[in-house]
Amino acid sequence: MPIRLQSRAVRGVLVAAAVVTGAGLAVAGRAVAQQQNFDNVQIDTVKVRDNVYMLVGAGGNTTVFTGDEGIMVVDTQFAPLSTKILNAIRAISQGPIRYVVSTHMHGDHIGGNEALSKAGRTRAGGNVVGDLGAGATGQAAIIAHENVLTRLSAPPAAGQQAVPFALWPTETFFGKKREFLFNGEAVQIIHEPKAHTDGDSVVFFRKSDVIATGDLFTTVMYPFIDVANGGSITGEIDALNAILDITVASNVNEGGTMVIPGHGRLSDEQDVIEYRDMATIVRDRIKEYAKRGMTLDQVKAKKPTLDFDPRYGTDTGFWTTSMFIETVYKEMVALNPPAAPAPARGRGRTQNQKGSGE
Amino acid sequence: MIRICALPAAVAVAVLAWASPAFAQADMDGTWQPRYHEDQPERIPGPELKDYLGLPINDAARQFADSWDPGRIALPEEQCRVHVSPYIYRGPTNLRIWEEKHPKTQDVVALKHYHSTYEQTRTIYMDGRPHPGPNAAHTWMGFSTGRWDGDMLIIETTHLKQGWVRRNGVPMSDRAHMTEYWVRNGDLLTQIVMLFDPVYLTEPLVKSTEFVRSPRELPAQTWLWVCDPVVEIATRAEGAVPNYLPGEHPFEEEFDRRHGIPHVATNGGAATMYPEFQDVVKQAPKPAPLPPPSRGATRVTGPGQQQQQGK
Repeated sequence: MPIRLQSRAVRGVLVAAAVVTGAGLAVAGRAVAQQQNFDNVQIDTVKVRDNVYMLVGAGGNTTVFTGDEGIMVVDTQFAPLSTKILNAIRAISQGPIRYVVSTHMHGDHIGGNEALSKAGRTRAGGNVVGDLGAGATGQAAIIAHENVLTRLSAPPAAGQQAVPFALWPTETFFGKKREFLFNGEAVQIIHEPKAHTDGDSVVFFRKSDVIATGDLFTTVMYPFIDVANGGSITGEIDALNAILDITVASNVNEGGTMVIPGHGRLSDEQDVIEYRDMATIVRDRIKEYAKRGMTLDQVKAKKPTLDFDPRYGTDTGFWTTSMFIETVYKEMVALNPPAAPAPARGRGRTQNQKGSGE
Repeated sequence: MIRICALPAAVAVAVLAWASPAFAQADMDGTWQPRYHEDQPERIPGPELKDYLGLPINDAARQFADSWDPGRIALPEEQCRVHVSPYIYRGPTNLRIWEEKHPKTQDVVALKHYHSTYEQTRTIYMDGRPHPGPNAAHTWMGFSTGRWDGDMLIIETTHLKQGWVRRNGVPMSDRAHMTEYWVRNGDLLTQIVMLFDPVYLTEPLVKSTEFVRSPRELPAQTWLWVCDPVVEIATRAEGAVPNYLPGEHPFEEEFDRRHGIPHVATNGGAATMYPEFQDVVKQAPKPAPLPPPSRGATRVTGPGQQQQQGK
């Protein structure tokens, strides 16, 4: 089943990634991609709207947006899957691929950047072509936040390979967002700082009313906070709330804006709400325990994720429940260092009553 | 007081017995209204906090419910949250059932259930189509397919959204699936639900609900449920999600003490579904009763409420 393969592949990538830092994560993704046999992976094409599709294979979900002007692809999974991804795209549309967007820098989302970009063309003319030659139009632009390029182009750590130039973004943006009209539709690429990484973007197709979230939202695991690449639980929760600021459900909290997660099944606002609630509640608990001066072991003994573990937790792989708790704990201690050992507080609500914006 | 859910096998036998062709009818079209005599306190006034009686929940579900703050559904983004199909039939609802037939063959393509609650239309496909794949979206009503076993309608439902098995915070996950058995006896319609949830239940949860056929159409407004979310608490920070720390719920013992039921029963679990559990209840120490409410008080004060009020 595609979803099982996806899960195994993702975890494989990130098991390797867990032992490296910085751009090594993308390299690790390539290394695992080289080792993994993708022969049996099937691409499941899920129609989201008439002109928006979700492709599920191995690695992060791919979004395909089509129209008169061509195709935009958001995230490209692993390099060995590029032919299958391309075939799935061609089953949807024969139009030219104009843009590839990378929601962040992890290897299971950028592996196919080279192949899919080279399968497309950039609209360019005038001085661009005059200065750079016809090669300037010979591939689709790869768009990402500048932090993605910064991470991917960083010198590799000792013993690791550099991320190939062909996977890097060709066009970056800084600041809050990049937006343009494509296929008669406003497309917004919105940066969410310091969340899953420091280079995350969500892609909002305004007319189609679809959001591709990258790994800011998944339906298969606890939020992966890649601290080594600038991630934080605070930014992750802020990003989930920012997604909810965009989504509009029907009057019964179903449908409306559709959400394509980084991994997992097609979703809508309510699914993001459940995930946001989970992340916020776990953060609130650990924050309160840290405030009381509890050690990490004491916090783990309180089982702050027990109610969500059967749904999102795991004791094996790259991102265990224990690692999630530890990551949140360290951030909460750093943000709110305990003043002094204090007696246990009385019963009552957690600090979420004061808001979640810290 | 303990709500006992029969063993699935016993339920199936009972349903099959009721489904005797001599008395049953397969035509379920019409307007139906539920009878509330069964589990009335849970269904109409609404369940009290920390009442997990008769629910085969695991520790994860218990912690989820123990942390539940009803203020959560006052958040604008959660005000229009719908009861999932395994729960919606239990609440106050008007139910309209009709068949959708293929215009050329007159075969029944689907059965439709319209609920006045949240204006939900549920489709039960009868044409043998498969359920969607694992990457399809989930909905409140889920994806349902049905088949007839004699005059008994059997429905299988998957692709449900996360909801609850009791609306005091006891959760149902989006990995749950449901099997229903529907039987009509004259103007009485019986639904037996078996809910399987690998995330939050250790055994299937079995419930039955009765409906009575309405002899006349209901006024139009009784079929509507308009929900327009608004900010109800202006001072609440955006993004806040009300919740209590596990084990520190201010009304931890209120349900036990108000009704004099041992905690071993109110805490739920599969054992509390079975008749022999009554022996456990009889032997367990009863909780101390709550003091009478003071004059003018609107709520009985729980052990943590003073602090909560002081915040």
